[in-house]
Amino acid sequence: MREVRFKINGEEKVVTVESRTLLVHMIREQLSMTGTHIGCDTSSCGACTILIDGKSAKSCTLLAVQANGKEIITVEGLATAEGLHPIQEGFKENHGLHCGFCTPGMMLRAIELLEKNPDPTEEEIRWGISGNLCRCTGYNNIVKAIQYAGAKMRGAELPSTEPEFV
Amino acid sequence: MIKCKTSKEIGGMGHSIKRKEDARFIQGKGNYVDDVKLPGMLHMDIVRSPYAYAKIKSIDASKALEIPGVVAVVTGKDLEKYNLHWMPTLMSDTQMVLPTDTVMYQAQEVAAVIATDRYIARDGKEAVVVEYEPMTPVMDPYKSLEPDAPVLRPDKEGKTDNHIWHWEAGDKDATEKVFNAADVVVEQDMYIPRIHVASIETCGCVANYNKVDNHLTMYMTTQAPHAIRTVIALVAGHVGLTEEKVRVISPDIGGGFGGKVPVYPGYVIAIAVSFLTGVPIKWIEDRSENLQADSFARDYHIKVAMAGTKDGKIQATRFKVLADHGYTDASANPSKFPTGLFSIGTGSYDYNNAFMEADAVYTNKPPGGVAYRCSFRVTEAVHAIERITDVFATKVGKDPAQLRFENFIKKEDFPWKSPTGWEYDSGDYHAGLKKAMDVLDYDALRVEQAEKRKRGELMGIGISTFTEIVGAGPSKDFDILGIKMFDSAEIRVHPTGKAIARFGTKSQGQGHETTYAQIVAEELGIPAANIQIEEGDTDTAPYGLGTYASRSTPTAGAAAAMAARKLRDKARKIAAYLLEVSEEDLEWEPGKFSVKGAPEKSKTIQEIVFASYTNHPPGMEAGFEATHYYDPPNLTFPSGAYICVVDIDNETFEIKVRRFVAIDDCGNIINPMIVQGQVHGGLTQGIAPAMYEELIYDDQGNILNGTFMDYLVPTAVESPNWETGHTITPSPHHPIGAKGVGESPTVGAPPAIANAIVDALSVYGVEHMDIPITPYKVWKKLKEMGKI
Amino acid sequence: MIPEGFSYAVPNTLDDAFTLLKEFGEDAKILAGGHSLIPMMKLRFASPTHLVDINNIPGLSYIKEEGGYLKIGAMTREADLEESALIKKKYHIFMDATKLIADPQVRNFGTVGGNIAHGDAANDHPAVMMALGAEVEISSPSGKRTVSIDEFFFGFYTTAVQHGEILTEIRIPAIGERTGTAYHKLERKVGDYATAGVAVMVQTDASGVCTKAGIGLTNVNPLPLRAKRSEEALVGSRLTEEDIAKAAQFAAEDCNPTDDLRGSEEFKRDMVRVITKRMINKAISRI
Repeated sequence: MREVRFKINGEEKVVTVESRTLLVHMIREQLSMTGTHIGCDTSSCGACTILIDGKSAKSCTLLAVQANGKEIITVEGLATAEGLHPIQEGFKENHGLHCGFCTPGMMLRAIELLEKNPDPTEEEIRWGISGNLCRCTGYNNIVKAIQYAGAKMRGAELPSTEPEFV
Repeated sequence: MIKCKTSKEIGGMGHSIKRKEDARFIQGKGNYVDDVKLPGMLHMDIVRSPYAYAKIKSIDASKALEIPGVVAVVTGKDLEKYNLHWMPTLMSDTQMVLPTDTVMYQAQEVAAVIATDRYIARDGKEAVVVEYEPMTPVMDPYKSLEPDAPVLRPDKEGKTDNHIWHWEAGDKDATEKVFNAADVVVEQDMYIPRIHVASIETCGCVANYNKVDNHLTMYMTTQAPHAIRTVIALVAGHVGLTEEKVRVISPDIGGGFGGKVPVYPGYVIAIAVSFLTGVPIKWIEDRSENLQADSFARDYHIKVAMAGTKDGKIQATRFKVLADHGYTDASANPSKFPTGLFSIGTGSYDYNNAFMEADAVYTNKPPGGVAYRCSFRVTEAVHAIERITDVFATKVGKDPAQLRFENFIKKEDFPWKSPTGWEYDSGDYHAGLKKAMDVLDYDALRVEQAEKRKRGELMGIGISTFTEIVGAGPSKDFDILGIKMFDSAEIRVHPTGKAIARFGTKSQGQGHETTYAQIVAEELGIPAANIQIEEGDTDTAPYGLGTYASRSTPTAGAAAAMAARKLRDKARKIAAYLLEVSEEDLEWEPGKFSVKGAPEKSKTIQEIVFASYTNHPPGMEAGFEATHYYDPPNLTFPSGAYICVVDIDNETFEIKVRRFVAIDDCGNIINPMIVQGQVHGGLTQGIAPAMYEELIYDDQGNILNGTFMDYLVPTAVESPNWETGHTITPSPHHPIGAKGVGESPTVGAPPAIANAIVDALSVYGVEHMDIPITPYKVWKKLKEMGKI
Repeated sequence: MIPEGFSYAVPNTLDDAFTLLKEFGEDAKILAGGHSLIPMMKLRFASPTHLVDINNIPGLSYIKEEGGYLKIGAMTREADLEESALIKKKYHIFMDATKLIADPQVRNFGTVGGNIAHGDAANDHPAVMMALGAEVEISSPSGKRTVSIDEFFFGFYTTAVQHGEILTEIRIPAIGERTGTAYHKLERKVGDYATAGVAVMVQTDASGVCTKAGIGLTNVNPLPLRAKRSEEALVGSRLTEEDIAKAAQFAAEDCNPTDDLRGSEEFKRDMVRVITKRMINKAISRI
């Protein structure tokens, strides 16, 4: 057993884990933060995506011990006292989720994408979320949600959230 | 624009109000089954067979039991003591919970390891030693029917072959006559391969049996909690788990698509272990277990034929199906419909003769036969009719759009009786196709295609004009294990005019918490924001058959409207009493009754509700509650016109969907944003089987692509930008004229894509390709044809 | 999916890492990005008794031109490569390749060194490094040695890195004048391993005659493969359509793909031919 010290959603934590404990299990089971999900066993689906030192990461493919000294953000850490994070607002306003299972991972991935590329094209967004599977939405509205969040984050005019359902 | 009867504040039908359920999902506060944690809970992992067909010689759990934290290892022999080692399937076949002597498919459950955490359970699973005597599996359904094939189900008394059932619809002799006399007959073999719904959340449960109260609470990933409760009582009633002792809670569900309708052995083992130990048991599948062992969809081998005149009038169709069900028929169909609603396959076309037959067969593959976002085998049927329609159009030398226009059932001919006995409720197929063609500028695309062909470039345009059949269903024909397929709504309005409504269905992402509230708002004028929706708890919700097959809006949505109308009738009586006028003197507008000719004299619905608790008329029951169990008079028949444009690389044969226009007609629309979202998602689950997904087995029964590394679920890169639109032809028999939409795109998209690809490749003389159509398959086909 | 138990150590210096590797012996594995190793451990295809995590060792992550070489530290993440101004400006082949490696999250952790040291012909960097004529620096307690990429791969998952050694740097002859590079792989969907992948480097003289060529192939051979006859067909030629077709044909003939879910041997050879042709043309267009 090893002790891991890290910061998660702004809070310092010390947790004792086995060397083999996967980071996603530490977050879900030991910290009881269940917003981070598990959708596969081959690092393919991205439902477990979190931010580690600002980088989007598949927490099923990292050991908990690797989090030592790091700063982690999960979906639980996005909203603040002032309200929702722009990416959360984007997903809600644009119907970017159905069952909600892939949503936390999708949003955390999108945050890093937008930090590196504040005004991405549709193509860049699609490639940028290619490590996250969604089975419900067909991705159209996820693309719109990310575009909306990007506009909000860079202070641009917000795109329409009306469905283009001719 | 969609016309709304209610204001935006009320938010009734037609408003794209944002979803009420999103707040918890975007903040990580959803409650999925793996989030359920109970005191003292143990974890279960399952030992699975590496062989597709083998005798179990021995199971040695001693090494596993030596691991600290491993509490028990359960085998079929253990369950046999309680007669819990077999269970019935929804199709009245039988399925092993755990085997006592033989395994019938690779990844079948063999033993369960119970441990204090999931890591130790996994270690225990690895330590269980099972000795097998492998046998040669039967993987080909055609070979399974040969006389020398081993009998796979000797457990079924008197069974001497692997044939499960034979089914027919339509008039065989009349159809044959038309075929024999026809100018043109086209015929095509098609395989609609085995695929998997692969919802991003896998299946799982927490079974919590309380010995003191003799009560089971079952948290599980189920689309049909009430039906499951009844099934549990039927299977385990003999050990004391009668129906009042069972509570099924279906928490938030991370996608269902039909895969969470069946009862899987893992659930039953968890219940059995919890029952025997009195401890909560959690079982959560891995993705590979989910792909390899849970119910498949499709796996239909179809021979389809079309007869018609030389100028392109369709006269008859004929379908012959061989259905591979794996080792047991665990299809999730209404009881009287072994092929589901396959008989919708006569399509959107006006002709009088069709004959269909199907035979089902056992093989050494996992059992199933679920939907994959489809209403009971409709996708298979629609693929066959829409593909053969294109083959026929090519044969008679007509543009596929033109041929469809000339054969469509006309708007004025509804209700229309199909050759296989359905009564299509309404539709306007001409309008849908015309709209889709206008959005794309179809004629310009055909000109572009002709120019590209001159330059040796491959471009294809494919059409699918499908008719869906959803909303099972009328009680005269539709039941599951004898329970009629109604659905229910219960509305309680509180004294302050806010409401809670509960349903027998269960959303898995469809947005019921929003759309049901809109239906109630439409009928009662109470703002949707003030209406709380609950589903998924059998202790509180009225009985219903659940959410699948696009049935929620046609059944429970109708129930919501009917229950609300009962309340509106009561409201009228109370308003008449309060305003001291007769009921006939009142008129309704959303949210209030006012006196005819004296609009200043009125009572809002909130005032009326308050009065029902504080000042109700003498002789009237107090309170403001209603329940309705809706038994639909007919199914609903949504339709769509889809056009796909593909470009194909003429060396690598990579296929790019350049444009895809989907015009859907699902009748009246409750929430356009949600309907459009459903269409988007369904389209991606349409491109998936058309171009990417297929479960592949070798001849020894090994699955070759049982993980997300090789089972190719499309990402945002493969999925194109979908262009969507609608026409509205209300259902005449549905209380709010709605039809259901969740599955239409999954049903309609694959043939549009396949038709586009075949159209592109028609320059080489290609007439048909089976889905999924991949670059490799195209290359292989052209190689075999000697074209490259 | 959960790995078997193991001990975990996270040294802060290379010397400490060497000591640990020696102590733990053959059952130890090095954890770099971990995005090949941890998935294998979860599936229990790999069950090392000890893991030596080298992520805390400073000085192993850099991208720089120095002494006529592009030097890439072994722990450089794929994402760093993707975002490097130097790479974007001069080493287009890496921009082509990294975009096609797995997905953005995996590229945030996966390392260039690990992609090579894993010894898997399905990985993309081996072919790229072959095309570029790279050398691999391997460190051990007794010092550093350099191995040509052509002598690096021994067999499935085995490379020139011996037990107790650590791959520390990849060195690529700096791209000079009139040189173009390109990489592409055919994949079943984004992030997939290659059905067939081809890396190309071509250099010409002022008159347009090819003076140097490098061609590496991904996932169409038991080991990453240099398409020697293809290179020879190009060097000295004027890179005409016929020269390119010939080189492409040689690549198709000289690889040894196997039938699998991605396609038949024959299909893969044909795809090697097509992609080789296209990548030569793309590299030329970048000169």
